[in-house]
Amino acid sequence: MFRRILRQLLYAAALILAVLVLNFLLIQLAPGDPAEVIAGEMGGASAEVMAAIREQYGLDKPLLTQLGLYLGRALQGDLGMSYYYNRPVVDLILSRLGPTMLLVATALGFALIVGTRLGMLASRNPRGIASAVVTVLSLIGYSAPVFWTGLMLVILFAAKIPLFPVAGMIDVVKQGGTLMRALDIAHHLVLPGLTLGLVYLAQYSRLTRASMLEVLGADYIRTARAKGVSEKLVFRRHAFRNAMLPVVTVAGMQFGAIISGAVLVETVFSWPGLGTLAFQSILARDYPTVLGILFFSTLIVIIANLLTDFVSRLLDPRLAKGR
Amino acid sequence: MTAPARTSVPAARGPMAEAWDIFRRSPSAMLGLALLLLVMGITFAGPHLYHVDPFEIVWAPLTPPGEEATIPLGTDNLGRDILAGLIAGGSATLAVGFAAALITMLIGVLIGAYAGFYGGWVDDLLMRVTEFFQVLPPLLFAMVVVTLFQPTLVNVALAIGIVSWPQTARLTRSEFRRIRTLEYVNAMRAIGAGDGNIIWRVILPNALPPLIVSATLTIGMAILFEAGLSFLGLSDPNVMSWGLMIGSGREYLLDAWWVVTLPGAMIFLTVLGVSLVGDGLNDAFNPKMRER
Repeated sequence: MFRRILRQLLYAAALILAVLVLNFLLIQLAPGDPAEVIAGEMGGASAEVMAAIREQYGLDKPLLTQLGLYLGRALQGDLGMSYYYNRPVVDLILSRLGPTMLLVATALGFALIVGTRLGMLASRNPRGIASAVVTVLSLIGYSAPVFWTGLMLVILFAAKIPLFPVAGMIDVVKQGGTLMRALDIAHHLVLPGLTLGLVYLAQYSRLTRASMLEVLGADYIRTARAKGVSEKLVFRRHAFRNAMLPVVTVAGMQFGAIISGAVLVETVFSWPGLGTLAFQSILARDYPTVLGILFFSTLIVIIANLLTDFVSRLLDPRLAKGR
Repeated sequence: MTAPARTSVPAARGPMAEAWDIFRRSPSAMLGLALLLLVMGITFAGPHLYHVDPFEIVWAPLTPPGEEATIPLGTDNLGRDILAGLIAGGSATLAVGFAAALITMLIGVLIGAYAGFYGGWVDDLLMRVTEFFQVLPPLLFAMVVVTLFQPTLVNVALAIGIVSWPQTARLTRSEFRRIRTLEYVNAMRAIGAGDGNIIWRVILPNALPPLIVSATLTIGMAILFEAGLSFLGLSDPNVMSWGLMIGSGREYLLDAWWVVTLPGAMIFLTVLGVSLVGDGLNDAFNPKMRER
């Protein structure tokens, strides 16, 4: 067990290193002088700054030395300076990480809770209303561009039904204690969370239904029913836990896609997270920040994968023994 | 997907004909096909029927649909014809979608086939590479690639292909692992067929059905991807596309619903068509799985 965990951590470390190398290569492969790429088009392109960048990144040294310098600094938590915001990239990213994680966690939690409930309801009667809802929802969730769904909700809630705020995370006008602040953030979170969550709600409800239908046909379910276990318990205890396994696996594997979706949703709702930062820094050609965000998001995906693996093993002890 | 062109004996019904029979009887699959044909019709026939330059300013900005007879779907914030934009926007979106799906399939099948066929260290190595590409957040990586290099249609398609292939590779690999142990593969080996021959001429054709389904879904995903990039303003600014229309019209969202709603509806209908066809193909190729 411990050897397994150790091996996975080592593997994750290798992946992280590989992402850093990729980041380095991207700067090198981009057309133009790397120093100019790092400074950005509008960054202080003064001779002084350029010289400082050349010095810091060792741009006059051989490529491998440059890579070594880059990796060395990155592993010490230094991803360079944003010449657009005039702040260290890591500080900039950490200040935006919270809102993004809040958004992603809300969307994922909503999608998992509602999606699995809906999928379970649908699996009781494959030709019933819940099943039809799952089918329609999954088609919409798959086919509608997430940013468009968001904009449609903005039209609906900005003018027609002004129940929820359509932009930002906090109302500047409102004052109050921590509780008021939290409620205000939650109020702002409704629409972005719903938009991002709908895509995955669609997928998880469909997956839960398929997975439940498969599990319900298994021998041990027939045995449980024959023993006289109530239908409710058969669903809750015997079938659900086994049917959740593929849902958890897929949810974990999709983490990168969810972060990508968050970029679009944040842009639509002006949510002050990594996504809007990525968008703004791309427009400003602030590459150190953009690459820093790419690195951090990959880091989050790697951690999410490790956690998923762990949860899968909790759900299915067979996985822990095997392999 | 269509009738068996190669069967010479009329009585013999190949698996493709059987699949088409199942596909044809599914209302949702046929609806999907109809939607796709409609979108393609608008895209390919539209420019010949409606001669308006999508970039040309034709009327007052933000004219609502139906207000002016010559501009049936109204104008955007610059006074450009929305209908002309919808017609012109399809070709970029569809071209990038198909090209990206093709790139995805090429890389994915190549890597998956070798990993699944050879196993051992080849499999280990290729799967590590696949996992590396799988942890990159797809849209962010594509955003970086498109901005570092020019946002031409080719680069957009390449960027989407590079981030999308791992799933195809995994699917191809598992199909190859399953098929390579089957009797007819052993028989081919016994009569001295080379590895290349077995991989591409024997196993690949038998692995095609799930790959065709996956290719269909990949097209849908690539279209959404292209739409997302051009919504963010990261695609070729000189080429009209549905995502670009939404991106440039979103600030006027509350005064002019049509500017963002209509192009989005086109994307939705296109991807809906693709995914209904994909579901239909899945049922047609796996009749046993239809209950789900």
